[in-house]
Amino acid sequence: MTTTRIDRRMAKLKAEGRPALVTYFMGGDPDYETSLSIMKALPKAGSDIIELGMPFSDPMADGPAIQAAGLRALKAGQTLARTLEMAREFRAGDNDTPIVMMGYYNPIYIYGVDRFLTDAVASGIDGLIIVDLPPEMDAELCIPALKAGINFIRLISSNASDIRLKQQLGQASGFVYCVSTHGTTGLATPDPQKVRQLVRRIRAFTALPVCVGFGIKSADDVQTFGAIADGVVVGSEIVHAIARGVAMGSAAASVGAFVSDLGNAVRSVPRAPRIE
Amino acid sequence: MNQPTEPNSFRTGPDEQGMFGIFGGRFVAETLMPLILDLQRHWDEAKNDPSFKAELSDLSTHYAGRPSKLYYAEGLTRHLRDVSAAKGLGGGAKIYFKREDLNHTGSHKINNCLGQILLAKRMGKTRIIAETGAGQHGVASATVAARFGFPCFVYMGATDVERQKPNVFRMKLLGAEVRPVSAGHGTLKDAMNEALRDWVTNVHDTYYLIGTAAGPHPYPELVRDFQSVIGTEARAQILEQEGRLPDMIVAAVGGGSNAIGLFHPFLDDRSVKIVGIEAGGRGLDGIEHCASMSAGKPGVLHGNRTYLLQNDDGQILDGHSISAGLDYPGVGPEHSWLRDSGRVDYVPILDDEALEAFQLTTKVEGIIPALESAHAIAHAVKVAPEMGKDKVMIVNLSGRGDKDVHTVAKMLGMEI
Repeated sequence: MTTTRIDRRMAKLKAEGRPALVTYFMGGDPDYETSLSIMKALPKAGSDIIELGMPFSDPMADGPAIQAAGLRALKAGQTLARTLEMAREFRAGDNDTPIVMMGYYNPIYIYGVDRFLTDAVASGIDGLIIVDLPPEMDAELCIPALKAGINFIRLISSNASDIRLKQQLGQASGFVYCVSTHGTTGLATPDPQKVRQLVRRIRAFTALPVCVGFGIKSADDVQTFGAIADGVVVGSEIVHAIARGVAMGSAAASVGAFVSDLGNAVRSVPRAPRIE
Repeated sequence: MNQPTEPNSFRTGPDEQGMFGIFGGRFVAETLMPLILDLQRHWDEAKNDPSFKAELSDLSTHYAGRPSKLYYAEGLTRHLRDVSAAKGLGGGAKIYFKREDLNHTGSHKINNCLGQILLAKRMGKTRIIAETGAGQHGVASATVAARFGFPCFVYMGATDVERQKPNVFRMKLLGAEVRPVSAGHGTLKDAMNEALRDWVTNVHDTYYLIGTAAGPHPYPELVRDFQSVIGTEARAQILEQEGRLPDMIVAAVGGGSNAIGLFHPFLDDRSVKIVGIEAGGRGLDGIEHCASMSAGKPGVLHGNRTYLLQNDDGQILDGHSISAGLDYPGVGPEHSWLRDSGRVDYVPILDDEALEAFQLTTKVEGIIPALESAHAIAHAVKVAPEMGKDKVMIVNLSGRGDKDVHTVAKMLGMEI
C-alpha cells in the first residue's frame, strides 16, 4: 500500500515529537452548512486528523451525546451521500488534513461497497472506522477498502487476547484506535494505568501509531493520554461543544475555541519515549 | 435464468462463520467479539454435554411444564367449516394449536431462557441483561434469573412499558429491574440497542440473554435449538394423533423465535407447507407495519445481516404493530434465508385481522391468545376455509393473551 495522508501526517508529528490530536464530529450536525464550517475550522484550531461521523439511526456503541448528534443530523437531512459531499467540499480547500470516516456498516452496505469506495476515494477520504465490522467480517469492507487505498482502522479493546490482537493488527493500517474503557463513547473516564498497559500490548504487535479514544474530555486528559500514546481522540466533548454553540448561535466558533485548548494541550505534552 | 439450487437439507445452517447464505454473521463492536467467541465455545461444549441436556430436560418437564399439548381446536375448525360451507366450498382444514401458552410464564419464551440461563451459569457469569418487546421474554428472563439467583436488568422501550403494564409489574415482582428506553419509538429495537450498550460496558460479568433467534452468531443458532423443542414435539404429536404429517404449519414472526422453533424440525418434510406471519400493521403501503421480509431489504443491524425495514440511506425505520412482540423492524437471519430459498412463505396479517382472530379464538375456543399468536391464527382463519376437510394444519399458539387485554380493550373502545 502506498503512503496515505494519515501516514504522512503521523510521520510529521513524530518528527515534531508530539502526539496527534484526532477530533471527531458528526457530519451534518446540526445541519450541512454549519457542519461544513465546523469541519473547516478544525485544522485551524489545531486538529491533526479529522474523524467525520456518519450518522446512523441505531448507534449501538455510542453514548447519549453522539446518539443525539446523529439524530440531529438525520433530522436535518444528512445522508451518506451528503457526508461524502461534505468531505469533498472540505478537500477542495485542504489537501493535507487526513479524513477518517467513522460510523456503522449498514448505510455503506446499502449505498453499495464498490460505489462507496469509489466515491470515498474521489472525496479524499483516507481511512474508515466501522464499529460493527470486526476482523471476522473483513471480506465485507476492510479488504476492498485496502485495495482501494483507504486505511481500515481497528478499534482495539483491553479484553482482546494476544491471539486476537495479532489477528486484528494483521490487516490494520493508518493508526490503531485504542479503546480506553469498556463502554459506549463519551461516558466513563479512563484509567491511565490501564491505558498505558493496553498501549504497550498493542505496540508489541504493530509499529503503527496508537491513538487513545473513548472518554477523553478535557485539555488535562489530552495531556495525560497524549503522554502515553501517539495520539488522542476527542469526540463526545466536541459534539457537546457543537450543541452548546448552536444554542448560542455560533457552533463553529464554540468548537474552534474548545479545540484550540486541546490543540495547545497536545502541543505541550511532555513526550514520553516510546516504550518497546 | 439463475435458478437457486435446492439444498439437500434446509437444516444444516449456519456455517462456521455463522452465516445462513448471505444472512447472519457477527457484525458487532470489537469489544463484544471476545464475549461472543466465548459464548460459542461454551455453547459448542454444552450442546454435546449429556449433563447439560439432562438438566435442561428436567427443568423443561418439571419447571416449565413440557411437553406442551397439541390441541385439536375443534371450535375454531367447526366455525371455519361453517364459513367454508357458506361460501359453497364445503371444506375447512382441521386446525391444531401447539399450546405454548400453557408453559410456565405463558409463552414459548421460557424454552430459550432456561437453556440460556444454564449457559450463563456454566460460563460463570453473575449478571443477566435482556431486552423485551411485549414483556414475555422479559418475564421469562426475570423468572429464570429469580430461579437461579441472578440479578436481572431488562431493557424495554418506553412505549412498550406503557402498553404492557402487567408484564412490567410481573418483572418487578420477580426481582428484575426494568429499564425503560425512550430513544426512537421506544420499542424493541431501541431496547436491543440499549442492552447492547450495557453489554459493551459490563463485559466481564454480564450474560446477554437475547430473546429471539437474531443477533450475532451464535445467538440465532442457539435460540433456534432451544426453541426447536416446539417443532420436535409437534411433529411427534401430530404423527401420533393424526398418523401423518400436517399439510401446513403456521407461526407469527417478529424476531422469529417461536416460528423457527416450530419450523426447523419440519424443514426437510417437503410435503409440509410452512408459512410465517409478519405484522402487517395498518397496511404495507405506508410505513406503519413490521413486515421486514415482505416490504424490507437486506441490511445489517444488531449483529446480523437480515431483512430490515430501512430507507434508501440505510437508516432503520421504526415500524408499527398492534402487537409489541412483533414490533421489530428486522427478523432472525435464518428466516431471511428460508425466505430467499423459497422453503417458507412469509405473509403479512393486519392489526385489524389479528384483533378479529383474537376475539374469535376467545369466543369459540375459550382461549385468549397473545396478539402475536393471533396473527398466526388470523392466517388460519383466512386459508383454512379454502382447504379441504381432510387437510391438517398446526398453528403455533406461542403465548397467552392476558397481557394484551388492556391493549385490546383500548382498541375496542372499552374501559376496564
